[in-house]
Parts: sequence; structure tokens; C-alpha cells
Amino acid sequence: MPSSVRLSLAIAAKDIRAELRSRTALLSALVFAALVLVVFNFARDPTVIAVSDLAPSVLWVTFALGAMVAMNRAFSVERENSALDGLLLAPVPREALFIGKLLANLAFVGAVELVTLPLFILFFNVSIWPQLPGVLGVTALATVGFVAVGTIFSAMAVRTRFAELMLPVLLLPFMVPPLIGAVQVTSRLLADRPLSEMWGWLRLLAFYDVVFVTLCTLAFTAVVDE
Amino acid sequence: MNARLPAPGDPFRVVRRGLALSAVAFVGLAVVYLIALAYTPVEARQGLAQKIFYIHVPAAWSALLAFSLVGIASLMYLWLHDTRLDRFAAASAEVGVAFSAVMLTSGPIWAKPIWGTWWTWDARLTLTLFLFFLFIGYLSLRAAVHDPAERARFSAVVGILGMLLVPFIHLSVYLFRTLHPQPIVLKPSAPSLPPEMLRTLLVSTVVFTLLYLGLVTTRYGIALADEAQEDARHAT
Repeated sequence: MPSSVRLSLAIAAKDIRAELRSRTALLSALVFAALVLVVFNFARDPTVIAVSDLAPSVLWVTFALGAMVAMNRAFSVERENSALDGLLLAPVPREALFIGKLLANLAFVGAVELVTLPLFILFFNVSIWPQLPGVLGVTALATVGFVAVGTIFSAMAVRTRFAELMLPVLLLPFMVPPLIGAVQVTSRLLADRPLSEMWGWLRLLAFYDVVFVTLCTLAFTAVVDE
Repeated sequence: MNARLPAPGDPFRVVRRGLALSAVAFVGLAVVYLIALAYTPVEARQGLAQKIFYIHVPAAWSALLAFSLVGIASLMYLWLHDTRLDRFAAASAEVGVAFSAVMLTSGPIWAKPIWGTWWTWDARLTLTLFLFFLFIGYLSLRAAVHDPAERARFSAVVGILGMLLVPFIHLSVYLFRTLHPQPIVLKPSAPSLPPEMLRTLLVSTVVFTLLYLGLVTTRYGIALADEAQEDARHAT
């Protein structure tokens, strides 16, 4: 295994271990996502709007908001005791550091999504078992891109005043393309449409992932190095 | 200690130049109103509502020009680390937000009588709305970072990422049906606008470009003055 991959994994493992010991950020993100689902349930009139029409949007807005809360923690934990300075002093290439942080963020956001999904099925009474692999696949595809952008923005946001507000303001426009694509694909999946109808959206999502993961990895140096 | 400080008159010369340029542009704007209302024929189907076209399209042009230049200046800043590029990007973003506001308010005023609705989630409308949000975010990030070098690096990263986001937003909203009038001037075949209308549009575009340059120069000069004041405060 190349050494930079090992370093990235080590950084991701450090973040996940630290989070599993405190559990505060992850738990509050999970509770937050569950609350969003509950609020959504009361924000619609069940006699007027069929649940299947609304389900993909509810799912993705919940994912997006939960992800936002989960990502805020990535660099705020490094803020305490100037841990980030220590991390930057370590002989780790910046690209490997970014990938490590990205992997840890993907684990947190993925955990939030994995807990939200069964709650969504439960609260909204949609049966998606046959389409589950497809839904999980598109979730992964859409999540990677915006978590990459969220990771680099959270590194900036912690250095600003009102960090908790800065991340959503910067990140939400970047969530638009993955969110539109994911909602479109999810609603087609739930309606059992053929793959050919989703192909354009899937390509858009994949292209977004490639462009933004690459770009954020390269731009990360500019964020952390004086 | 004084060697590093710019001469006190320097920023104000830039500001004065910018204000002079803007003043010329504002006179030009009055001329545009005059030509558009008095000398350009009324469009047969849309009537007087179409007149807003001579403001809306050039404002959109200036906004897009402003935002493209923010992206390019950001990219060059990360490469050259020249503070002038950062100052220019900040000025251009602010002016771009102002032009977007003109575009986003003049559009609905036209759309209500013609489309029958103030707003629609059409590809181009959505794109420009998100550009507006993106640059509001850019400016709020700048306001929230204290250290000038850090502010320049952070905002350059947002500027570059934002420039790359534009085609993605456009593509994703374009896959929905689009309602916005199709291009009538910048398109492969010859412009389909009557010559009198095209002339008014071109005059207005020149005026709006001039206004962009005037406002950016003014804002750039004000940033220079701010920095000089900051430096002087640290020196004493």
C-alpha cells in the first residue's frame, strides 16, 4: 500500500476513534436528522399529497441537513488545543491529509444517512426494499462530491467568526447539483423506471464527484498553508 | 517605516478615477433610457414591457463578466500571490452582486406581464440566483476572516470552486424544461433582433461595461485607502 494511502487511512482512523470515544457530534447529528424527518411529516397534508410524491425530496433534504451538521465537526475538533497545527507539522502530504479528513467525514455522513434511511422507511411507510441497493448506490455517488466540498469549506469556516453559519451559506449552493441529481434518480428508482432514464443524472453525479474531489484535494494546500 | 506605506494621495487618485468613470457611465445610462424609450421601436407583441430588455440583458452581461473575472483573478491569485488580484476579485464580486440585483429585480418585473408569473424555476433564472447566493457567500466569508493573507487564500479557493460549480448548476437545471427566451444576439446564426433594437442593446452593453469598470475602480481605490489606514494604525 502506498504510504500516502496509509497516512490518509491513519488520519481517518484517528478522527473516527476520537468521535467514537466522545460520540457527541455524531449523536447530535443523528438526532437532528431524525427530528428533521419528524418535522417533515407534519409539514405536509397527507390527504392531499401522496407520500410517494414527496418521499425523495424529504429523504434528500434530510440527508443534506444532517450532513451539514455532521461536517461542521471535522475541523472544529482540530481547533481545540491547536491540534491542527500539530497535524500540519506532521510529515504528511497535504493531499493525504485532505483525503484522510474526507474519508472520516464520509464515514460520519454515511452513518447519519444509514440511520436516517430506516427511520425514513418507518415514518413515511414507503417500501423500498427491492430498490434498496440502487438507493444506497445513488446515495454514495451523490454524497462523495458534496462532502469533498464540505470538508474544504469546514477547514475554512472554523477559522472565521460565526463558523456554524458560514459552512451552510458557502456549502448549500454546492449541494444543488448533487441534490437535484439524487432526487431525480431516487424518484425514478422508487417508480421502477428503467436505468436509461437515470443515466444522464448518474453521469452528472459521477462527473461532479471526480471534478470536486480532485479540485478540493489540490486546493486544500491553499487553505491550510500560510 | 514609512517606506512601505503608499503615498496618501495614491488610493484617492484611484477612487477619483473610478468615480469619474462611473459618472460618465451614469450619463451614458441616461442616454440609454432616452434612446430606448424615444428612438427604439416598440416591440409588436410585448409592447412597452420589452423596454426592460435594454437594462436587464446588459446588467446580466456585467454580472457574468464580474463573476467570471472573480474566478480568473482567484485562480491567478493562488498562482502569483499578488494582493492586487485579491483586491480586484473582492471589488469585482461586490459590483457583480449589485448588477445581479439589478438583473434579478428587472427580470421579474418583465416576467409578470409577459410570462404571467414573477418567478419560474427555469435553468437560467436558477443559475443566476445561485450565482448571486454564491457571491453573497463569498463576500460574507471575506467579512468573517480577519487575517488579510488568510482571507485572500480562502476567498480565492471559493472563487475557483464557484467558477466550476456554474456549469454543473446549469447542466442540472437545464435537464428541466427551460422557459427563458433563447439567445437572440450571441448565437451561431445572425442576430434576429431588428437593427434599431440591436443598436440600443449594444450601446447599453457598452454603458454597463463602463459602469462595471468605474464601480470596480472606485471599490479598488477604497480598498487601497482602507489598507493604507490599517497600515498607518499599525505603524503608530
